[in-house]
Amino acid sequence: MSTDNVTFTSAGPDDSDSYAGSYDTTEGRIYNVSGGDWGTIAGAPEGEHDRIVVNMGPQHPSTHGVLRLILEIDGETVTEARAGIGYLHTGIEKNMEFRSWVQGVTFVTRMDYLTPMFNETAYCLAVEKALGVTDQIPERASVIRVMMMELNRISSHLVALATGGMELGALTAMEFGFRERELVLDIFEMVSGLRMNSAYIRPGGVAQDLPADGAQTIRDTIPLLRKRLKDTADLLVDNAIWMGRTVDIGYLDLAGCMAIGVTGPVLRSTGLPHDLRKSQPYCGYENYEFDVITKTTCDVYGRFLIRIEEMEQSLRIVEQALDMLQPGPVMIEDKKIAWPAQLSIGSDGQGNSPEHIREIMSESMEALIHHFKLVTEGFRVPAGQVYAAVESPKGELGCHIVSSGGTRPYRVHFRDPSFTNLQAVAAMSEGSMISDIIAAVASIDPVMGGVDR
Amino acid sequence: MSEPGLPVVPQGIEELDVIGVRHGAFGASGGGDTSGFGGLVEPIVMPAPARRPFGGWFDEVSDELELALQAAGLHAADAIEKVVIYRDEITYHVRRDHLVSFATLLRDEPGLRFEMCLGVSGVHYPGDIGRELHAVYHFLSITHNRRIRVEVSVPEGDAVIPSLYAVYPTCDWHERETWDFFGIVFDGHPALTRIMMPDDWPGHPQRKDYPLGGIPVEYKGGTIPPPDQRRSYN
Repeated sequence: MSTDNVTFTSAGPDDSDSYAGSYDTTEGRIYNVSGGDWGTIAGAPEGEHDRIVVNMGPQHPSTHGVLRLILEIDGETVTEARAGIGYLHTGIEKNMEFRSWVQGVTFVTRMDYLTPMFNETAYCLAVEKALGVTDQIPERASVIRVMMMELNRISSHLVALATGGMELGALTAMEFGFRERELVLDIFEMVSGLRMNSAYIRPGGVAQDLPADGAQTIRDTIPLLRKRLKDTADLLVDNAIWMGRTVDIGYLDLAGCMAIGVTGPVLRSTGLPHDLRKSQPYCGYENYEFDVITKTTCDVYGRFLIRIEEMEQSLRIVEQALDMLQPGPVMIEDKKIAWPAQLSIGSDGQGNSPEHIREIMSESMEALIHHFKLVTEGFRVPAGQVYAAVESPKGELGCHIVSSGGTRPYRVHFRDPSFTNLQAVAAMSEGSMISDIIAAVASIDPVMGGVDR
Repeated sequence: MSEPGLPVVPQGIEELDVIGVRHGAFGASGGGDTSGFGGLVEPIVMPAPARRPFGGWFDEVSDELELALQAAGLHAADAIEKVVIYRDEITYHVRRDHLVSFATLLRDEPGLRFEMCLGVSGVHYPGDIGRELHAVYHFLSITHNRRIRVEVSVPEGDAVIPSLYAVYPTCDWHERETWDFFGIVFDGHPALTRIMMPDDWPGHPQRKDYPLGGIPVEYKGGTIPPPDQRRSYN
């Protein structure tokens, strides 16, 4: 990576100006400029500024968080693009090795913070596979998982449209996107207690059942969501300015996607209908009717259309899930795995349900011991390794876990789609205008929390 | 197709893959053992290698692999150390010298056609003497809708694995991440630099022997030990 010219922070010999300076290297004189002082080297001798490397990010508003793009430019044209990542690395995978299997959910939900339900489901599916209890997950828990995931797909795609629109100057799309996302987040709050990072999906099922009026509230929200999604789509789909910024921009064809390992809407914009929900169903996706949306344009506009239409398909799935919802348990029956308590809201806030407290405190000493052991020690997962993957809004989200037979993971690794897809930035944008890089990155929809983990 | 029952697994390897020993019910040692569990000793055994027939499409893929390896002038037994089947997933343990040709076959053979490499990550087994560092690759065949796992083991003192960048360019960042976290050198990678940690970071944080920091607590001089030294279940 040709970052050697851009990583210097000290200005070297000529540091009279704290924002600009220069120094000599074997390759010639190098000028560093930061802040707004470009003018200070505008008078550099002719022929010496033939290679300009610009750092875009990690604090640029349109680089989706702390993404650093290292661009070599010739006028307005990008001749070489590299992505620098790692600014949001939080050591989630390492941290998980020192917490119980159930506590891992609390970490993974914070990886790609726009798709917490997918992170949690991928992790829980992997843990359940390692435990060998995949068949024992209650029907109702799977339906709720599907419902939460599809609502989450809508909210994630909405943020992709909102931030993507904002970066290209379509501020109304941003306002619409974030407003509609609130509808989904309100549902998450009602169901799990938290709008984001909800740690709602747990190994064995989900943390708690839907509230009494939960299903009805979700059902009532769908028409409004559908209407507003259509408004957002109408705003942009035939918008000449939007099309001017996105059609034929950020081109990446099937061969490129395969080589770089790109999945999700970017892959489907090349015409390949690859969707894990269809090809390798999990959580009962084989029981739902929905279409895999593809386009053949390989460009930013095609990916935008895919996201728009996928949200409609997600609403279809949510409706079917609501119809499928039957009363029943939401946590696995196996008492050695199932979290012992259910939460409820009392006069003093949220806590363990009064029935459970009564049982462990005044009825059964064994139940108290069991609760204590399961909560502090946790369950053991047999030694071995498994891989489970879900189709997140960004592509294949894979979870590889290794257990050594203990109460804590031996190793957890997430194959985050944003991480892999972000490698395509160079292929999509080299040779294009600087402004088109913004569109290309927005169409990948990377979330740095997921990229860096 | 080769004869069914032809062993992919070479004869004479140990059946049990012991990667370590677990002592007691609590992780920390050195404190007084009041529980009585401190005397517990239990080997940590990973799933044993599988024998033919593997069942399902595992045999088809293995047959294809053997034929393809043969056509490429390789012996299946030379390239493949062992095959492990666990929880309906197949893992080929491949010797590092043959990894690149193995991956090329995975990608190109019509009967295999694993178009998609889902990257590589590492696992550190300090107790697996002589093969402490494992690199784990996952492959997806969209054509046949199959997944396989390939695992390469190297000793800590000679942690070099040939890069798959030329076969699967997607491995670019994944190999950098694995180098960053585990210190596995991917020979042939165009720019194997750190990707998550700062460039001048010492050590490889995901290794099991990487020292963890403790958090000093200002209460009567007490401190919380690092997570790996706390009293905890294991």
